[in-house]
Amino acid sequence: MGSHSHSKRRQFLTTGVGLAGLVMGAVRSLRGQTPAPAAPEAGPRDLLAYGQPSPFDNTIRRAPGRATSVADTALMTPLQDLDGIITPSGLHFLMDHVKGIPDLDPKKHRLLMHGMVDRPLEFTLDEIKRLPSVSRVHFLECNANSRPLRGPNGESVQLVHGRTSCSEWTGVLLSVLLKECGVQKGASWIVAEGDESNKYTMSIPLPKAMDDTLVAYAQNGEPVRPHQGYPLRLVVPGWEAIRAVKWLTRISVVDKPYMAWHESGNNADTRPDGKGLWFRFELGPKSVITRPSGGQRLPGHGFHEITGLAWSGGGAVRRVDVSTDGGRTYKEAELQQPVLRYAHTRFRFPWKWNGEEAVLQSRCTDERGEVQPTILEAAKNLGVTPEYFFDADHFNGIQPWKVNRDGSIQNAIL
Amino acid sequence: MEAFRTRFSRLLTATIALSASVTALAQGPTYQLGRVPSQEEIKARDTAVSPEGKELPPGRGTAKEGETVYVEKCRSCHGPNATGSALHRGLVPLGNAKPVKIPFSLVPYATTVWDFINRAMPQTKPGSLTPDEVYAVTAYVLYRNDVITDTDVLDATSLPKIRMPNRDNFLPAQPEWKPKAKRPFGYYP
Repeated sequence: MGSHSHSKRRQFLTTGVGLAGLVMGAVRSLRGQTPAPAAPEAGPRDLLAYGQPSPFDNTIRRAPGRATSVADTALMTPLQDLDGIITPSGLHFLMDHVKGIPDLDPKKHRLLMHGMVDRPLEFTLDEIKRLPSVSRVHFLECNANSRPLRGPNGESVQLVHGRTSCSEWTGVLLSVLLKECGVQKGASWIVAEGDESNKYTMSIPLPKAMDDTLVAYAQNGEPVRPHQGYPLRLVVPGWEAIRAVKWLTRISVVDKPYMAWHESGNNADTRPDGKGLWFRFELGPKSVITRPSGGQRLPGHGFHEITGLAWSGGGAVRRVDVSTDGGRTYKEAELQQPVLRYAHTRFRFPWKWNGEEAVLQSRCTDERGEVQPTILEAAKNLGVTPEYFFDADHFNGIQPWKVNRDGSIQNAIL
Repeated sequence: MEAFRTRFSRLLTATIALSASVTALAQGPTYQLGRVPSQEEIKARDTAVSPEGKELPPGRGTAKEGETVYVEKCRSCHGPNATGSALHRGLVPLGNAKPVKIPFSLVPYATTVWDFINRAMPQTKPGSLTPDEVYAVTAYVLYRNDVITDTDVLDATSLPKIRMPNRDNFLPAQPEWKPKAKRPFGYYP
């Protein structure tokens, strides 16, 4: 608790400095120092002006024990601590492929649209907000989510599966902006670019861009967080989140994929036969039990609700089945309504633990009838050993959690 | 080169077929918002380079020249042998016959290498290299990966013609997406 009160005090001090900001600024000017360039208008908020979780709650994002790439920042969503389907914005997973988070002034930010269009246009944020808006609940999942034993031992649902989060995104459908520009005949792809040091770039087929792709300025009712792409982010529903370009600043309408670094080389995968996999776009049907899950301990025999999340790049989740005997038998779980397309879907399943060993797992079926495989089924299908998935992307195998007699729970995927 | 052209025209055919399913092409504006940017403004920001390479700027460079640039501006991060360090990625191998899972080993087009060096390198000052320097460093990286020789000249014409060693080793053969296409059980990844 000592460290807790310390951190509370620090927060208070920071707030105090923030409130005194105007005075500080005046002093600085009198001393003839250069004022900080383009400082954000709003200073730090105090704890009442912007609410914080209870001091008894320490739910936080965590990094995996083993970095996936020296160039990336990775923080996982604590799925085991969350309820319902919405991920609080401050707990949305991070997987950054850039150097540092750009500090973008929304007044200066522009979205340039050009290429194979009748009218190239440049929009301010205010102009985008004047256009007809939609709010959609969608998950974003990293293509590298769910690699078995990540963490490094696959000890928790957070470290293995925490690269997926679900938000209510508000913005303008990209199709509205594209129609304003007038897409020309022969166009078939767009190239989207982010405003940061790498000018992160992704190619997206025009049919998806004209369908449900969103240019989002709000996440869960407030502006998109800086780490999530403030002030504008592309949301490509159901597709690997590397397509959801943050800090969106440019869209070029073109007639071919541009094979940018982050879509061809950096996010391509290898198969044992020497083939490279790329442009996989949609994510497969997936589900995972978030409670009880790896690293937790059941306090005793008796009733425990099993709950978890299911989602699919194929659209809506049609059903989730739960097994408490390692997949020998399954029973259908209850889905939280409404079930939304390309969104996390909460499932619940009543269970009475008798104190014996049990293996809990879930299986997702989506609206296309696609079914989540076990790791052995997926391996057999691809002609690989299960170890192949340790370093593979898009793995959507069933996640078994083993409950031991002492109530402890561990990853039982292998 | 002929094979490349055939493949490319196949890609074009596929993408044109895709676009046919997009409705509402060439409409008038409804909301009359946004500013019309000048061609110069667009050109200044439109730096992405496609596999055809038609966006490449004038300039030239060889691996020999690239080594000089590498030593000056790249070596501190990527190491004396371009094999990387504890903190930074190596630049080899780029195109083994059988790809190795390191970030730089799965590049299908040489334009991708040029484009990324041009936009993102060096990390401390991205976008600061001149076109000649980008051509030269790209040549050096390709030479170190046995894709070209140290005297081959890279420019806007020769760079897109380079055939990367793994060009034919990608699935799907051409990137495409069909709405509502059902995948076989256990397809992912």
